[in-house]
Amino acid sequence: MSTDSYKTIMDQKADIMRASVGIDYEKYTTGPLSFDYEAMLNDTGYDLDAIRDIQSRSAVGDTPLVELKNLTELVRTVSDPGKGARLFVKDEAANPSGSFKDRRASLSAFEAKKKGYPGIAAATSGNYGAAVASQAAKAGLGCIIVQEAFDSQGIAQPEIAEKTRACEAYGAEVARLSVGPELFYYFLIVLEETGYFNASLYTPYSILGIETLGYELAVQVNEREGRFPDLVIATHAGGGNVTGTARGLIKAGAADTLMVAASVDLSGLHMASDRDFNRKSFTTGHTGFSVPFSTWPDRTDVPRNAARSLRYMDRFVTVTQGEVFYMTEALAAIEGMERGPAGNTSLAAAFAIARELDREQIIVVQETEYTGAGKHPLGQLNLAKQMGIDVRRGDPRENRPGKAIVIPEHPSQITPVEMDLDRLRRSYLRKALDSLPEGETVTETDIAFLAAEIKTGETYVREAIESHERTKR
Amino acid sequence: MERAVKNTWVEIGAVILEKDQRAPNLPDDTKQVPLEMRVKGFLLHDAEIGAEAEIITPSGRTVRGTLTGINPEYTHMFGRPIPELSPIAGEIRAILRERRNAS
Ligand SMILES: Cc1ncc(COP(=O)(O)O)c(C=O)c1O
Repeated sequence: MSTDSYKTIMDQKADIMRASVGIDYEKYTTGPLSFDYEAMLNDTGYDLDAIRDIQSRSAVGDTPLVELKNLTELVRTVSDPGKGARLFVKDEAANPSGSFKDRRASLSAFEAKKKGYPGIAAATSGNYGAAVASQAAKAGLGCIIVQEAFDSQGIAQPEIAEKTRACEAYGAEVARLSVGPELFYYFLIVLEETGYFNASLYTPYSILGIETLGYELAVQVNEREGRFPDLVIATHAGGGNVTGTARGLIKAGAADTLMVAASVDLSGLHMASDRDFNRKSFTTGHTGFSVPFSTWPDRTDVPRNAARSLRYMDRFVTVTQGEVFYMTEALAAIEGMERGPAGNTSLAAAFAIARELDREQIIVVQETEYTGAGKHPLGQLNLAKQMGIDVRRGDPRENRPGKAIVIPEHPSQITPVEMDLDRLRRSYLRKALDSLPEGETVTETDIAFLAAEIKTGETYVREAIESHERTKR
Repeated sequence: MERAVKNTWVEIGAVILEKDQRAPNLPDDTKQVPLEMRVKGFLLHDAEIGAEAEIITPSGRTVRGTLTGINPEYTHMFGRPIPELSPIAGEIRAILRERRNAS
Protein backbone atom coordinates (compact mmCIF):
# COMPACT_ATOMS: atom_id res chain seq x y z
CA MET A 1 0.00 0.00 0.00
CA SER A 2 1.38 3.39 -0.91
CA THR A 3 1.38 6.15 1.68
CA ASP A 4 -0.21 8.74 -0.63
CA SER A 5 -2.31 10.95 1.52
CA TYR A 6 -5.95 11.51 0.77
CA LYS A 7 -5.45 15.14 -0.19
CA THR A 8 -2.45 14.60 -2.49
CA ILE A 9 -4.33 12.05 -4.57
CA MET A 10 -7.58 13.98 -4.61
CA ASP A 11 -5.68 17.05 -5.82
CA GLN A 12 -4.54 15.06 -8.85
CA LYS A 13 -8.07 13.96 -9.62
CA ALA A 14 -8.51 16.06 -12.76
CA ASP A 15 -5.22 14.87 -14.30
CA ILE A 16 -5.76 11.21 -13.46
CA MET A 17 -9.28 11.36 -14.86
CA ARG A 18 -8.22 13.04 -18.08
CA ALA A 19 -5.55 10.42 -18.70
CA SER A 20 -7.87 7.54 -17.89
CA VAL A 21 -10.89 8.64 -19.91
CA GLY A 22 -9.19 10.41 -22.81
CA ILE A 23 -11.85 13.10 -23.16
CA ASP A 24 -11.13 16.83 -22.97
CA TYR A 25 -14.34 17.89 -21.24
CA GLU A 26 -13.31 21.55 -21.11
CA LYS A 27 -13.83 22.08 -24.77
CA TYR A 28 -17.59 21.50 -24.52
CA THR A 29 -18.12 24.44 -22.16
CA THR A 30 -20.46 27.02 -23.71
CA GLY A 31 -21.28 29.25 -20.72
CA PRO A 32 -20.75 29.58 -16.97
CA LEU A 33 -23.24 26.73 -16.45
CA SER A 34 -23.82 25.24 -19.86
CA PHE A 35 -21.98 22.77 -22.06
CA ASP A 36 -22.69 21.19 -25.43
CA TYR A 37 -24.14 17.83 -24.41
CA GLU A 38 -24.85 16.55 -27.92
CA ALA A 39 -21.38 17.49 -29.18
CA MET A 40 -19.81 15.64 -26.27
CA LEU A 41 -21.72 12.49 -27.26
CA ASN A 42 -21.20 12.92 -31.01
CA ASP A 43 -17.45 13.44 -30.75
CA THR A 44 -16.96 9.85 -29.63
CA GLY A 45 -17.42 8.99 -33.31
CA TYR A 46 -19.77 6.07 -32.61
CA ASP A 47 -23.21 6.26 -34.17
CA LEU A 48 -26.04 3.84 -33.46
CA ASP A 49 -25.13 1.50 -36.33
CA ALA A 50 -21.50 1.35 -35.30
CA ILE A 51 -22.49 0.57 -31.72
CA ARG A 52 -24.93 -2.14 -32.79
CA ASP A 53 -22.15 -3.70 -34.81
CA ILE A 54 -19.62 -3.57 -31.95
CA GLN A 55 -22.18 -5.03 -29.54
CA SER A 56 -23.23 -7.84 -31.84
CA ARG A 57 -19.58 -8.86 -32.17
CA SER A 58 -19.34 -9.25 -28.38
CA ALA A 59 -22.68 -11.07 -28.01
CA VAL A 60 -24.33 -8.04 -26.41
CA GLY A 61 -27.89 -6.95 -27.15
CA ASP A 62 -30.57 -8.30 -29.47
CA THR A 63 -32.33 -9.68 -26.43
CA PRO A 64 -35.83 -11.16 -26.60
CA LEU A 65 -38.96 -9.09 -26.03
CA VAL A 66 -41.39 -11.20 -24.03
CA GLU A 67 -45.10 -10.53 -23.67
CA LEU A 68 -46.16 -11.14 -20.07
CA LYS A 69 -49.64 -12.45 -20.83
CA ASN A 70 -50.33 -13.96 -17.42
CA LEU A 71 -49.21 -10.88 -15.55
CA THR A 72 -51.38 -8.77 -17.84
CA GLU A 73 -54.28 -11.02 -16.97
CA LEU A 74 -53.48 -10.56 -13.28
CA VAL A 75 -53.47 -6.77 -13.79
CA ARG A 76 -56.94 -7.05 -15.32
CA THR A 77 -58.28 -8.90 -12.26
CA VAL A 78 -57.65 -5.70 -10.31
CA SER A 79 -58.53 -3.13 -13.02
CA ASP A 80 -61.72 -1.35 -14.03
CA PRO A 81 -63.46 -2.73 -17.15
CA GLY A 82 -61.60 -1.68 -20.31
CA LYS A 83 -58.43 -1.00 -18.35
CA GLY A 84 -55.25 -3.06 -17.90
CA ALA A 85 -52.58 -2.43 -20.51
CA ARG A 86 -50.48 -5.17 -22.08
CA LEU A 87 -47.15 -5.78 -20.35
CA PHE A 88 -43.96 -6.68 -22.20
CA VAL A 89 -40.44 -7.13 -20.85
CA LYS A 90 -37.08 -6.90 -22.57
CA ASP A 91 -35.14 -9.91 -21.29
CA GLU A 92 -31.80 -8.20 -20.75
CA ALA A 93 -30.71 -11.07 -18.50
CA ALA A 94 -29.84 -12.76 -21.82
CA ASN A 95 -26.74 -10.55 -22.16
CA PRO A 96 -23.39 -12.28 -21.50
CA SER A 97 -23.01 -11.19 -17.87
CA GLY A 98 -26.75 -11.14 -17.17
CA SER A 99 -27.83 -7.50 -17.36
CA PHE A 100 -28.17 -4.48 -19.64
CA LYS A 101 -24.88 -3.21 -18.19
CA ASP A 102 -23.06 -5.21 -20.86
CA ARG A 103 -24.26 -2.59 -23.34
CA ARG A 104 -22.46 0.11 -21.36
CA ALA A 105 -19.30 -1.90 -20.86
CA SER A 106 -18.98 -3.05 -24.47
CA LEU A 107 -18.23 0.37 -25.88
CA SER A 108 -15.76 1.25 -23.12
CA ALA A 109 -13.88 -2.00 -23.67
CA PHE A 110 -13.82 -1.36 -27.43
CA GLU A 111 -12.55 2.19 -26.96
CA ALA A 112 -9.91 1.12 -24.41
CA LYS A 113 -8.64 -1.57 -26.75
CA LYS A 114 -8.57 0.80 -29.71
CA LYS A 115 -6.61 3.42 -27.78
CA GLY A 116 -4.11 0.86 -26.50
CA TYR A 117 -4.89 0.92 -22.78
CA PRO A 118 -3.61 -2.21 -20.99
CA GLY A 119 -6.85 -2.70 -19.11
CA ILE A 120 -10.10 -1.22 -17.85
CA ALA A 121 -11.21 -0.36 -14.34
CA ALA A 122 -14.51 0.66 -12.81
CA ALA A 123 -15.71 1.77 -9.40
CA THR A 124 -18.96 -0.14 -8.99
CA SER A 125 -20.57 -2.56 -6.57
CA GLY A 126 -23.19 -3.74 -9.00
CA ASN A 127 -23.85 -5.54 -12.26
CA TYR A 128 -21.64 -3.10 -14.07
CA GLY A 129 -18.55 -4.69 -12.50
CA ALA A 130 -19.43 -8.08 -13.94
CA ALA A 131 -20.22 -6.45 -17.28
CA VAL A 132 -16.83 -4.70 -17.44
CA ALA A 133 -15.05 -7.87 -16.32
CA SER A 134 -16.88 -9.92 -18.95
CA GLN A 135 -16.17 -7.49 -21.78
CA ALA A 136 -12.53 -7.17 -20.65
CA ALA A 137 -12.21 -10.95 -20.71
CA LYS A 138 -13.48 -11.05 -24.26
CA ALA A 139 -11.24 -8.19 -25.41
CA GLY A 140 -8.15 -9.58 -23.70
CA LEU A 141 -7.80 -6.58 -21.39
CA GLY A 142 -6.80 -6.49 -17.74
CA CYS A 143 -9.60 -5.58 -15.36
CA ILE A 144 -9.93 -4.14 -11.87
CA ILE A 145 -13.25 -3.57 -10.13
CA VAL A 146 -13.38 -1.45 -6.97
CA GLN A 147 -16.44 -2.22 -4.84
CA GLU A 148 -18.02 -0.85 -1.69
CA ALA A 149 -18.70 -4.30 -0.31
CA PHE A 150 -18.83 -4.77 3.46
CA ASP A 151 -19.60 -2.93 6.70
CA SER A 152 -17.26 -2.41 9.66
CA GLN A 153 -18.38 -5.77 11.09
CA GLY A 154 -17.06 -7.40 7.93
CA ILE A 155 -20.60 -8.35 6.80
CA ALA A 156 -20.83 -8.28 3.02
CA GLN A 157 -24.04 -7.18 1.32
CA PRO A 158 -25.14 -10.51 -0.30
CA GLU A 159 -25.85 -9.04 -3.73
CA ILE A 160 -22.45 -7.38 -3.82
CA ALA A 161 -20.81 -10.62 -2.65
CA GLU A 162 -22.38 -12.29 -5.68
CA LYS A 163 -20.92 -9.57 -7.91
CA THR A 164 -17.49 -10.14 -6.34
CA ARG A 165 -17.76 -13.80 -7.25
CA ALA A 166 -18.93 -13.06 -10.79
CA CYS A 167 -16.12 -10.56 -11.43
CA GLU A 168 -13.57 -13.06 -10.13
CA ALA A 169 -15.09 -15.73 -12.37
CA TYR A 170 -14.38 -13.44 -15.34
CA GLY A 171 -10.76 -13.15 -14.20
CA ALA A 172 -10.91 -9.63 -12.78
CA GLU A 173 -9.16 -8.30 -9.70
CA VAL A 174 -11.73 -7.13 -7.18
CA ALA A 175 -10.70 -4.62 -4.54
CA ARG A 176 -13.43 -4.66 -1.89
CA LEU A 177 -13.79 -1.68 0.41
CA SER A 178 -15.75 -0.93 3.55
CA VAL A 179 -18.47 1.73 3.52
CA GLY A 180 -17.68 5.28 2.49
CA PRO A 181 -17.33 7.66 -0.44
CA GLU A 182 -13.52 7.52 -0.25
CA LEU A 183 -13.77 4.43 -2.40
CA PHE A 184 -13.15 6.98 -5.07
CA TYR A 185 -9.76 7.81 -3.55
CA TYR A 186 -8.69 4.20 -3.80
CA PHE A 187 -10.03 4.06 -7.35
CA LEU A 188 -7.80 7.01 -8.29
CA ILE A 189 -4.79 5.22 -6.77
CA VAL A 190 -5.58 2.17 -8.91
CA LEU A 191 -5.97 4.22 -12.10
CA GLU A 192 -2.73 6.06 -11.48
CA GLU A 193 -0.81 2.90 -10.66
CA THR A 194 -2.07 0.85 -13.63
CA GLY A 195 -2.72 3.40 -16.39
CA TYR A 196 -6.00 1.59 -17.05
CA PHE A 197 -8.95 3.10 -18.91
CA ASN A 198 -11.66 4.36 -16.56
CA ALA A 199 -14.78 2.59 -17.76
CA SER A 200 -16.86 5.07 -15.79
CA LEU A 201 -20.61 4.54 -15.77
CA TYR A 202 -21.00 8.17 -16.76
CA THR A 203 -18.86 8.70 -19.87
CA PRO A 204 -20.46 9.18 -23.31
CA TYR A 205 -19.43 5.58 -24.18
CA SER A 206 -21.43 4.23 -21.29
CA ILE A 207 -24.59 6.11 -22.25
CA LEU A 208 -24.35 5.60 -26.02
CA GLY A 209 -24.07 1.88 -25.35
CA ILE A 210 -27.58 1.91 -23.82
CA GLU A 211 -29.23 3.67 -26.78
CA THR A 212 -29.39 0.31 -28.56
CA LEU A 213 -31.71 -0.96 -25.81
CA GLY A 214 -34.33 1.73 -26.40
CA TYR A 215 -33.89 1.42 -30.14
CA GLU A 216 -34.26 -2.37 -30.19
CA LEU A 217 -37.36 -2.45 -28.06
CA ALA A 218 -39.09 0.19 -30.17
CA VAL A 219 -38.29 -1.76 -33.34
CA GLN A 220 -39.39 -5.06 -31.78
CA VAL A 221 -42.74 -3.69 -30.63
CA ASN A 222 -43.28 -1.97 -33.96
CA GLU A 223 -42.52 -5.14 -35.92
CA ARG A 224 -44.89 -7.18 -33.82
CA GLU A 225 -47.72 -4.73 -33.17
CA GLY A 226 -47.40 -2.20 -35.97
CA ARG A 227 -46.84 0.68 -33.58
CA PHE A 228 -44.56 1.93 -30.86
CA PRO A 229 -45.14 1.30 -27.14
CA ASP A 230 -47.24 3.83 -25.24
CA LEU A 231 -45.01 3.77 -22.22
CA VAL A 232 -41.54 2.47 -21.38
CA ILE A 233 -40.46 2.11 -17.80
CA ALA A 234 -36.88 1.93 -16.56
CA THR A 235 -35.34 1.39 -13.14
CA HIS A 236 -33.44 4.53 -12.16
CA ALA A 237 -30.27 4.76 -10.06
CA GLY A 238 -27.48 6.84 -11.58
CA GLY A 239 -29.72 7.76 -14.50
CA GLY A 240 -27.89 6.13 -17.41
CA ASN A 241 -30.59 3.54 -17.92
CA VAL A 242 -33.31 6.17 -18.37
CA THR A 243 -31.09 8.49 -20.43
CA GLY A 244 -29.76 5.91 -22.88
CA THR A 245 -33.10 4.13 -23.29
CA ALA A 246 -34.98 7.37 -23.98
CA ARG A 247 -32.36 8.50 -26.50
CA GLY A 248 -32.63 5.16 -28.28
CA LEU A 249 -36.43 5.41 -28.41
CA ILE A 250 -36.14 8.85 -30.01
CA LYS A 251 -33.62 7.53 -32.55
CA ALA A 252 -36.07 4.76 -33.48
CA GLY A 253 -38.76 7.38 -34.08
CA ALA A 254 -40.78 6.57 -30.96
CA ALA A 255 -40.82 10.20 -29.86
CA ASP A 256 -44.34 10.01 -28.40
CA THR A 257 -43.63 7.07 -26.12
CA LEU A 258 -43.75 8.16 -22.48
CA MET A 259 -40.55 7.57 -20.51
CA VAL A 260 -41.18 6.61 -16.91
CA ALA A 261 -38.51 6.13 -14.24
CA ALA A 262 -38.97 3.85 -11.23
CA SER A 263 -36.92 3.49 -8.05
CA VAL A 264 -37.23 1.59 -4.79
CA ASP A 265 -38.03 4.00 -1.99
CA LEU A 266 -35.15 3.97 0.51
CA SER A 267 -35.93 7.30 2.11
CA GLY A 268 -34.60 7.60 5.63
CA LEU A 269 -31.48 5.51 5.00
CA HIS A 270 -28.14 7.26 4.59
CA MET A 271 -26.03 6.12 1.66
CA ALA A 272 -22.68 6.71 3.39
CA SER A 273 -23.74 5.17 6.70
CA ASP A 274 -21.88 2.11 7.90
CA ARG A 275 -24.91 1.08 9.94
CA ASP A 276 -27.48 1.50 7.16
CA PHE A 277 -25.34 -0.30 4.57
CA ASN A 278 -26.77 -3.74 5.29
CA ARG A 279 -30.29 -2.51 6.05
CA LYS A 280 -31.22 -1.46 2.52
CA SER A 281 -31.97 -4.88 0.98
CA PHE A 282 -31.36 -3.24 -2.41
CA THR A 283 -28.03 -2.20 -3.85
CA THR A 284 -29.24 -0.20 -6.83
CA GLY A 285 -32.32 1.20 -8.51
CA HIS A 286 -33.21 3.06 -5.33
CA THR A 287 -33.87 6.66 -4.32
CA GLY A 288 -30.52 6.88 -2.52
CA PHE A 289 -29.03 7.17 -6.00
CA SER A 290 -31.85 8.40 -8.20
CA VAL A 291 -32.73 11.53 -6.25
CA PRO A 292 -29.20 12.94 -5.92
CA PHE A 293 -28.19 11.88 -9.44
CA SER A 294 -31.24 13.27 -11.20
CA THR A 295 -30.99 16.59 -9.39
CA TRP A 296 -27.21 16.92 -9.66
CA PRO A 297 -25.79 14.60 -12.34
CA ASP A 298 -22.26 16.02 -12.27
CA ARG A 299 -21.60 14.55 -8.83
CA THR A 300 -19.71 11.70 -10.53
CA ASP A 301 -16.15 10.61 -11.22
CA VAL A 302 -16.09 12.44 -14.58
CA PRO A 303 -16.47 16.23 -15.00
CA ARG A 304 -19.57 16.03 -17.20
CA ASN A 305 -21.96 13.17 -16.61
CA ALA A 306 -23.47 11.86 -19.85
CA ALA A 307 -26.41 10.41 -17.85
CA ARG A 308 -28.88 13.27 -17.39
CA SER A 309 -32.24 11.72 -16.60
CA LEU A 310 -34.33 14.86 -16.02
CA ARG A 311 -33.83 15.65 -19.71
CA TYR A 312 -35.86 12.56 -20.61
CA MET A 313 -38.26 11.63 -17.82
CA ASP A 314 -41.98 12.20 -18.28
CA ARG A 315 -42.86 10.67 -14.94
CA PHE A 316 -41.03 9.21 -11.95
CA VAL A 317 -42.52 6.78 -9.42
CA THR A 318 -41.26 4.91 -6.39
CA VAL A 319 -42.19 1.46 -5.17
CA THR A 320 -41.54 -0.19 -1.82
CA GLN A 321 -39.06 -2.95 -1.04
CA GLY A 322 -41.93 -5.31 -0.21
CA GLU A 323 -43.70 -4.60 -3.51
CA VAL A 324 -40.58 -5.53 -5.49
CA PHE A 325 -40.16 -8.78 -3.58
CA TYR A 326 -43.82 -9.59 -4.21
CA MET A 327 -43.48 -8.91 -7.93
CA THR A 328 -40.34 -11.08 -8.07
CA GLU A 329 -42.40 -13.98 -6.74
CA ALA A 330 -45.23 -13.23 -9.19
CA LEU A 331 -42.94 -13.16 -12.23
CA ALA A 332 -41.51 -16.56 -11.31
CA ALA A 333 -44.87 -18.07 -10.33
CA ILE A 334 -46.95 -17.19 -13.40
CA GLU A 335 -44.47 -16.24 -16.11
CA GLY A 336 -41.81 -18.84 -15.32
CA MET A 337 -39.11 -16.19 -15.24
CA GLU A 338 -36.92 -16.00 -12.18
CA ARG A 339 -35.13 -12.66 -12.43
CA GLY A 340 -33.21 -10.21 -10.26
CA PRO A 341 -34.26 -7.16 -8.24
CA ALA A 342 -33.46 -4.22 -10.55
CA GLY A 343 -35.74 -5.20 -13.43
CA ASN A 344 -38.44 -6.20 -11.00
CA THR A 345 -38.42 -2.67 -9.59
CA SER A 346 -39.74 -1.19 -12.83
CA LEU A 347 -41.97 -4.26 -13.25
CA ALA A 348 -43.67 -3.58 -9.90
CA ALA A 349 -44.32 0.02 -10.99
CA ALA A 350 -45.49 -1.12 -14.44
CA PHE A 351 -47.97 -3.54 -12.88
CA ALA A 352 -49.74 -0.70 -11.11
CA ILE A 353 -49.46 1.80 -13.99
CA ALA A 354 -51.02 -0.79 -16.34
CA ARG A 355 -54.22 -0.52 -14.28
CA GLU A 356 -54.56 3.15 -15.31
CA LEU A 357 -54.14 2.51 -19.03
CA ASP A 358 -56.53 1.07 -21.60
CA ARG A 359 -56.41 -2.61 -22.57
CA GLU A 360 -55.01 -1.87 -26.02
CA GLN A 361 -52.11 0.13 -24.70
CA ILE A 362 -48.61 -1.29 -24.46
CA ILE A 363 -46.12 -0.93 -21.61
CA VAL A 364 -42.56 -2.16 -21.97
CA VAL A 365 -40.49 -2.90 -18.89
CA GLN A 366 -37.13 -2.38 -20.52
CA GLU A 367 -35.02 -4.91 -18.60
CA THR A 368 -34.64 -8.01 -16.55
CA GLU A 369 -31.42 -9.01 -14.83
CA TYR A 370 -30.09 -12.39 -13.75
CA THR A 371 -30.67 -13.74 -10.27
CA GLY A 372 -28.67 -16.08 -8.05
CA ALA A 373 -27.36 -16.69 -4.56
CA GLY A 374 -27.27 -13.40 -2.64
CA LYS A 375 -28.90 -11.52 -5.49
CA HIS A 376 -32.32 -12.82 -4.57
CA PRO A 377 -35.24 -12.12 -2.20
CA LEU A 378 -34.25 -15.09 -0.02
CA GLY A 379 -30.69 -13.92 0.59
CA GLN A 380 -31.80 -10.32 1.12
CA LEU A 381 -34.69 -11.09 3.45
CA ASN A 382 -32.66 -13.55 5.50
CA LEU A 383 -30.09 -10.77 6.02
CA ALA A 384 -32.85 -8.23 6.77
CA LYS A 385 -34.20 -10.50 9.50
CA GLN A 386 -30.71 -10.98 10.91
CA MET A 387 -30.39 -7.17 11.02
CA GLY A 388 -33.56 -6.95 13.10
CA ILE A 389 -35.82 -5.67 10.33
CA ASP A 390 -39.48 -6.60 10.72
CA VAL A 391 -40.50 -8.65 7.66
CA ARG A 392 -44.26 -9.20 7.43
CA ARG A 393 -47.29 -9.40 5.14
CA GLY A 394 -49.59 -6.39 5.05
CA ASP A 395 -50.31 -3.04 3.46
CA PRO A 396 -47.19 -1.97 1.52
CA ARG A 397 -47.81 1.62 2.64
CA GLU A 398 -46.58 0.49 6.05
CA ASN A 399 -43.17 -0.37 4.60
CA ARG A 400 -40.38 1.58 6.39
CA PRO A 401 -36.89 1.28 4.89
CA GLY A 402 -34.46 -0.04 7.48
CA LYS A 403 -37.27 -0.93 9.91
CA ALA A 404 -40.10 -2.85 8.25
CA ILE A 405 -40.38 -4.67 4.95
CA VAL A 406 -44.06 -5.20 4.27
CA ILE A 407 -44.91 -7.75 1.59
CA PRO A 408 -48.32 -7.08 -0.02
CA GLU A 409 -51.14 -9.51 0.65
CA HIS A 410 -52.84 -8.94 -2.68
CA PRO A 411 -51.78 -7.56 -6.10
CA SER A 412 -54.34 -4.75 -5.77
CA GLN A 413 -52.19 -3.26 -3.00
CA ILE A 414 -49.29 -2.43 -5.31
CA THR A 415 -49.44 1.34 -5.65
CA PRO A 416 -46.45 3.35 -6.76
CA VAL A 417 -45.98 6.81 -5.27
CA GLU A 418 -45.49 9.73 -7.67
CA MET A 419 -42.24 11.64 -7.31
CA ASP A 420 -42.88 15.33 -7.70
CA LEU A 421 -40.91 16.11 -10.88
CA ASP A 422 -41.43 19.79 -10.29
CA ARG A 423 -39.65 19.52 -6.96
CA LEU A 424 -36.77 17.63 -8.56
CA ARG A 425 -36.49 20.24 -11.32
CA ARG A 426 -36.35 23.06 -8.79
CA SER A 427 -33.77 21.19 -6.80
CA TYR A 428 -31.68 20.77 -9.95
CA LEU A 429 -31.93 24.49 -10.75
CA ARG A 430 -31.05 25.48 -7.18
CA LYS A 431 -27.90 23.37 -7.28
CA ALA A 432 -26.96 24.65 -10.73
CA LEU A 433 -27.42 28.27 -9.69
CA ASP A 434 -25.50 27.71 -6.46
CA SER A 435 -22.61 26.38 -8.55
CA LEU A 436 -22.36 29.58 -10.58
CA PRO A 437 -18.79 30.87 -10.15
CA GLU A 438 -18.32 34.15 -8.22
CA GLY A 439 -18.76 37.16 -10.46
CA GLU A 440 -20.40 35.24 -13.33
CA THR A 441 -23.95 35.76 -14.50
CA VAL A 442 -26.33 33.36 -16.20
CA THR A 443 -26.26 33.79 -20.00
CA GLU A 444 -28.96 33.17 -22.59
CA THR A 445 -27.08 30.01 -23.60
CA ASP A 446 -27.22 28.85 -19.99
CA ILE A 447 -30.97 29.40 -19.86
CA ALA A 448 -31.56 27.34 -23.01
CA PHE A 449 -29.25 24.66 -21.60
CA LEU A 450 -31.01 24.57 -18.22
CA ALA A 451 -34.42 24.31 -19.88
CA ALA A 452 -33.20 21.29 -21.87
CA GLU A 453 -31.63 19.83 -18.73
CA ILE A 454 -34.94 19.68 -16.91
CA LYS A 455 -37.30 19.35 -19.88
CA THR A 456 -39.20 22.60 -19.38
CA GLY A 457 -39.59 25.88 -21.21
CA GLU A 458 -37.22 28.79 -20.74
CA THR A 459 -39.89 30.77 -18.85
CA TYR A 460 -39.82 28.12 -16.12
CA VAL A 461 -36.06 28.57 -15.82
CA ARG A 462 -36.24 32.38 -15.83
CA GLU A 463 -38.82 32.35 -13.05
CA ALA A 464 -36.71 29.97 -11.01
CA ILE A 465 -33.68 32.22 -11.44
CA GLU A 466 -35.65 35.24 -10.27
CA SER A 467 -36.96 33.49 -7.19
CA HIS A 468 -33.46 32.14 -6.46
CA GLU A 469 -32.11 35.70 -6.53
CA ARG A 470 -34.90 36.93 -4.32
CA THR A 471 -34.10 34.34 -1.66
CA LYS A 472 -30.40 35.20 -1.82
CA ARG A 473 -31.07 38.88 -1.21
CA MET B 1 -1.53 -20.65 13.14
CA GLU B 2 -2.86 -21.47 9.75
CA ARG B 3 -0.15 -21.14 7.15
CA ALA B 4 -0.29 -20.74 3.39
CA VAL B 5 2.45 -21.61 0.97
CA LYS B 6 3.64 -19.49 -1.94
CA ASN B 7 1.27 -19.38 -4.95
CA THR B 8 -1.84 -20.14 -2.88
CA TRP B 9 -4.99 -18.09 -3.71
CA VAL B 10 -5.49 -15.88 -0.66
CA GLU B 11 -7.11 -12.67 0.55
CA ILE B 12 -5.25 -9.83 2.19
CA GLY B 13 -6.59 -6.77 4.00
CA ALA B 14 -5.28 -3.28 4.67
CA VAL B 15 -6.48 -0.08 6.26
CA ILE B 16 -6.63 2.53 3.50
CA LEU B 17 -7.61 5.49 5.67
CA GLU B 18 -7.48 5.62 9.46
CA LYS B 19 -10.45 7.20 11.22
CA ASP B 20 -8.78 10.61 11.41
CA GLN B 21 -7.72 10.55 7.73
CA ARG B 22 -11.23 10.05 6.40
CA ALA B 23 -13.18 12.48 4.24
CA PRO B 24 -15.09 15.29 5.92
CA ASN B 25 -18.93 15.19 6.01
CA LEU B 26 -19.29 11.49 6.78
CA PRO B 27 -22.19 10.29 8.94
CA ASP B 28 -21.13 9.82 12.58
CA ASP B 29 -21.15 6.03 12.50
CA THR B 30 -18.90 5.86 9.43
CA LYS B 31 -16.52 8.45 10.92
CA GLN B 32 -15.81 6.12 13.82
CA VAL B 33 -14.33 3.30 11.73
CA PRO B 34 -11.39 3.16 9.32
CA LEU B 35 -11.73 2.61 5.57
CA GLU B 36 -10.64 -0.97 4.95
CA MET B 37 -9.78 -2.85 1.77
CA ARG B 38 -9.66 -6.56 0.95
CA VAL B 39 -8.29 -8.05 -2.24
CA LYS B 40 -7.45 -11.55 -3.47
CA GLY B 41 -4.51 -12.89 -5.40
CA PHE B 42 -1.70 -15.45 -5.40
CA LEU B 43 0.68 -15.35 -2.46
CA LEU B 44 4.25 -14.35 -3.39
CA HIS B 45 5.80 -16.12 -0.37
CA ASP B 46 4.80 -18.45 2.47
CA ALA B 47 2.84 -16.62 5.18
CA GLU B 48 0.65 -17.10 8.25
CA ILE B 49 -2.83 -15.72 8.84
CA GLY B 50 -2.48 -12.31 10.47
CA ALA B 51 1.05 -11.74 9.16
CA GLU B 52 2.25 -9.29 6.52
CA ALA B 53 1.87 -10.75 3.07
CA GLU B 54 2.35 -9.77 -0.54
CA ILE B 55 0.21 -11.04 -3.40
CA ILE B 56 -0.02 -10.73 -7.14
CA THR B 57 -3.58 -9.99 -8.21
CA PRO B 58 -5.29 -11.25 -11.39
CA SER B 59 -4.55 -7.89 -13.03
CA GLY B 60 -0.85 -8.28 -12.21
CA ARG B 61 -0.64 -5.72 -9.40
CA THR B 62 1.55 -6.48 -6.42
CA VAL B 63 -0.35 -5.56 -3.26
CA ARG B 64 0.80 -5.79 0.37
CA GLY B 65 -1.38 -6.25 3.43
CA THR B 66 -2.28 -8.62 6.25
CA LEU B 67 -3.19 -12.19 5.34
CA THR B 68 -6.92 -12.54 6.12
CA GLY B 69 -7.95 -15.71 4.32
CA ILE B 70 -6.56 -18.78 2.60
CA ASN B 71 -8.52 -19.94 -0.45
CA PRO B 72 -11.42 -18.00 1.12
CA GLU B 73 -14.94 -19.31 0.83
CA TYR B 74 -17.81 -17.56 -0.97
CA THR B 75 -20.38 -17.43 1.81
CA HIS B 76 -23.31 -15.61 0.19
CA MET B 77 -26.26 -17.90 -0.33
CA PHE B 78 -30.02 -18.19 -0.58
CA GLY B 79 -30.56 -19.43 2.97
CA ARG B 80 -33.90 -20.66 4.25
CA PRO B 81 -37.13 -20.02 2.36
CA ILE B 82 -38.92 -16.92 3.68
CA PRO B 83 -42.31 -17.82 5.21
CA GLU B 84 -43.71 -14.41 4.19
CA LEU B 85 -42.93 -15.22 0.54
CA SER B 86 -43.72 -18.92 0.36
CA PRO B 87 -47.52 -18.66 -0.07
CA ILE B 88 -47.45 -15.94 -2.76
CA ALA B 89 -47.15 -18.22 -5.80
CA GLY B 90 -50.21 -20.22 -4.70
CA GLU B 91 -52.23 -17.11 -3.93
CA ILE B 92 -51.58 -15.51 -7.30
CA ARG B 93 -52.31 -18.70 -9.22
CA ALA B 94 -55.59 -18.99 -7.34
CA ILE B 95 -56.57 -15.45 -8.38
CA LEU B 96 -55.96 -16.33 -12.04
CA ARG B 97 -57.77 -19.66 -11.74
CA GLU B 98 -60.81 -17.97 -10.29
CA ARG B 99 -60.91 -15.45 -13.14
CA ARG B 100 -60.55 -18.18 -15.75
CA ASN B 101 -63.30 -20.28 -14.16
CA ALA B 102 -65.60 -17.26 -14.03
CA SER B 103 -65.26 -16.44 -17.71
C1 LIG C 1 -29.81 -4.31 -13.68
C2 LIG C 1 -29.82 -2.84 -13.42
N1 LIG C 1 -30.89 -2.11 -13.76
C3 LIG C 1 -30.94 -0.78 -13.57
C4 LIG C 1 -29.91 -0.09 -13.00
C5 LIG C 1 -30.02 1.40 -12.86
O1 LIG C 1 -29.31 2.03 -13.89
P1 LIG C 1 -28.76 3.51 -13.78
O2 LIG C 1 -27.75 3.51 -12.67
O3 LIG C 1 -28.15 3.80 -15.08
O4 LIG C 1 -29.90 4.40 -13.46
C6 LIG C 1 -28.76 -0.81 -12.62
C7 LIG C 1 -27.60 -0.09 -12.10
O5 LIG C 1 -27.16 -0.06 -11.08
C8 LIG C 1 -28.72 -2.21 -12.83
O6 LIG C 1 -27.65 -2.93 -12.49
